Amino acid sequence: MAEPVLSVDDLTIRFHLKRGELTAVDGVSFSIDKGETFGLVGESGSGKTVTARSIMRLIPTPPGEIVKGQVRFEGENIFDKNDTEMRAMRGNQVAMVFQEPMSALNPVFTVGSQISDALRTNMGLSKPEARERVVELLQLVGIPSPASRLDSYVHEFSGGMRQRVMLAMALSCDPTFLIADEPTTALDVTIQAVILELIRSMIERFDMSLLFITHNLGVVAHACDTIGVMYASHLVELGKKDEIFANPQHPYTVGLLNSIPRLDKQTKFLTPIKGLVCNMLDPPPGCKFNPRCEHAHDRCRVEAPVFKEVAPGHYAACHLLD
Amino acid sequence: MTDHLLEVKNLTKYFYLNSDMVSRMAGKQRTLKAVDDISFFVKRGETLGLVGESGCGKSTTGRLITRLIEPTDGEIVYDNEDLLSFSHKRMQENRKSIQLVFQDPYASLNPRKTIMQILGRPLEVHGLADNWTDRRTRVLELLQLVGLGLEHVDRYPHEFSGGQRQRIAIARALAVDPELVIGDEPVSALDVSIQAQILNLFRELQEQFNLTYLFIAHDLSVIRHISDRVAVMYVGKIVETGTVDRIFADPQHPYTKALLAAVPEADPKKPPPKLILEGEVATPIDPPPGCRLCGRCPLATEICETVSPNLVDGGDGHYVACHHV
Repeated sequence: MAEPVLSVDDLTIRFHLKRGELTAVDGVSFSIDKGETFGLVGESGSGKTVTARSIMRLIPTPPGEIVKGQVRFEGENIFDKNDTEMRAMRGNQVAMVFQEPMSALNPVFTVGSQISDALRTNMGLSKPEARERVVELLQLVGIPSPASRLDSYVHEFSGGMRQRVMLAMALSCDPTFLIADEPTTALDVTIQAVILELIRSMIERFDMSLLFITHNLGVVAHACDTIGVMYASHLVELGKKDEIFANPQHPYTVGLLNSIPRLDKQTKFLTPIKGLVCNMLDPPPGCKFNPRCEHAHDRCRVEAPVFKEVAPGHYAACHLLD
Repeated sequence: MTDHLLEVKNLTKYFYLNSDMVSRMAGKQRTLKAVDDISFFVKRGETLGLVGESGCGKSTTGRLITRLIEPTDGEIVYDNEDLLSFSHKRMQENRKSIQLVFQDPYASLNPRKTIMQILGRPLEVHGLADNWTDRRTRVLELLQLVGLGLEHVDRYPHEFSGGQRQRIAIARALAVDPELVIGDEPVSALDVSIQAQILNLFRELQEQFNLTYLFIAHDLSVIRHISDRVAVMYVGKIVETGTVDRIFADPQHPYTKALLAAVPEADPKKPPPKLILEGEVATPIDPPPGCRLCGRCPLATEICETVSPNLVDGGDGHYVACHHV
């Protein structure tokens, strides 16, 4: 079996804040094979974005600190790389699409100049060459009459078009790995459908692997092969998409799936997860989910559960599975 | 006497852009038709879900009904009375019976006031509790009602999570015993597990106080869950309205169909989301005279370009605005 493109191993990231110590990512391990699409799901503050950003080494240190663990991309630990090597990796090998294109793109430069900047820096293209390539890229992501949009500013595009520009920029230097951090969250559902389809076709066409971050279970159900569920900085469940949806093992995953109102039938009351997400500055001992879990027993309150394989390739971290 | 608590007739709101004198003289004035001649009703005790994509005019509709903004044209009949004829003072009194819950509980609660002050204020304004002790009792009652601990009463909004803040916003709306509650995307800023709690709270309160809801949202699964009837908006127009079961099981309007097909369902066995329509949402600024969906619609013909379709009754209260249905 080939080595995975990306493997995250026991990654723990802590932030030293004025208010206290915040462990944003705690012992997270997963790996992504070539051509695989991996969805990292979780609610706000669960640590999915921090995980993604650490892969690009975009975590500011301080206040952040990589306490332990490693991220191996194509066999090399990225925490061992120096800044020059890192810069060579960003964009060329790993590219990222962010949630809010309006704040990720620069409002005072034209779209064309921003994308060609990346091309000229990373691929050493000349100005006219870069310009030509940008037109190709904008065409690729479905922006109508790209040659005339080249000199437009970000605010002149609609939300969906901005996200296309972001994708064009991410694809500009032929990366082999794409990280998409909530790329459709700010979009309307019809535009979301278009962008998801676009990402899927780009992944196929350029034979990329994908790490997809989202809080929307509907989106992962259709955009990803493998799913990792995060709760309060821990990865609580990991497995193939069909397995997770058909046979969820962790009480949090079960609760999350039950919380979603369904489109095919109307129920009077939903089954929410009770209580609130724990305070991450002062998390409960043991399993982080125990105060909200209906099945919690004494052991859950003292001992943190570790990953157990419940079916081939399907892991969950819960004491109930013993 | 009808059982319609709220009836909106030909409601219209235009915003004029470039309306300064120079632009007007140069003929550059443009009209943004945010809400364009819409009619609907809400029966006593039911929930009408108003659904559409950003910019379709659903929030404007909510604000028009509360008269936070004044309509350009049309009629709003509330409890058999013409709301638009009310004087400022009369309207203020009437606000007691129509309350709003906003989308962003981080913006809708004053960060400098305690929960006691936030919830006590409407009681004071409407003269429902004259002294502090009465107010305190009522505020504690309200907190209990929305599932918050009584120890929270003297805290400030920043001490609460998003879901808890939304509970406070709901408590504030309920403080004055309203009949109609307009929820303007009240759950869209919340995480799914919390969203489910708040949706349940809306349901419980509706049963307990026989409330009528106008529930504005863009999330179709939320609309499906909470509504009895649904109105679908597209660029300032209502394109389809009917019972929730009919709309979701058998949508008629091409836009409703497209909207439903685009939703990714949290079940890998369901068909993947796809977009039937081409192009992007039309702009409400100086729209062409015909159907707003014209240009994206697979059914469009010549008539669609020139004549705007009216809502036509297709039987049992299901109305569709399309020339080809």
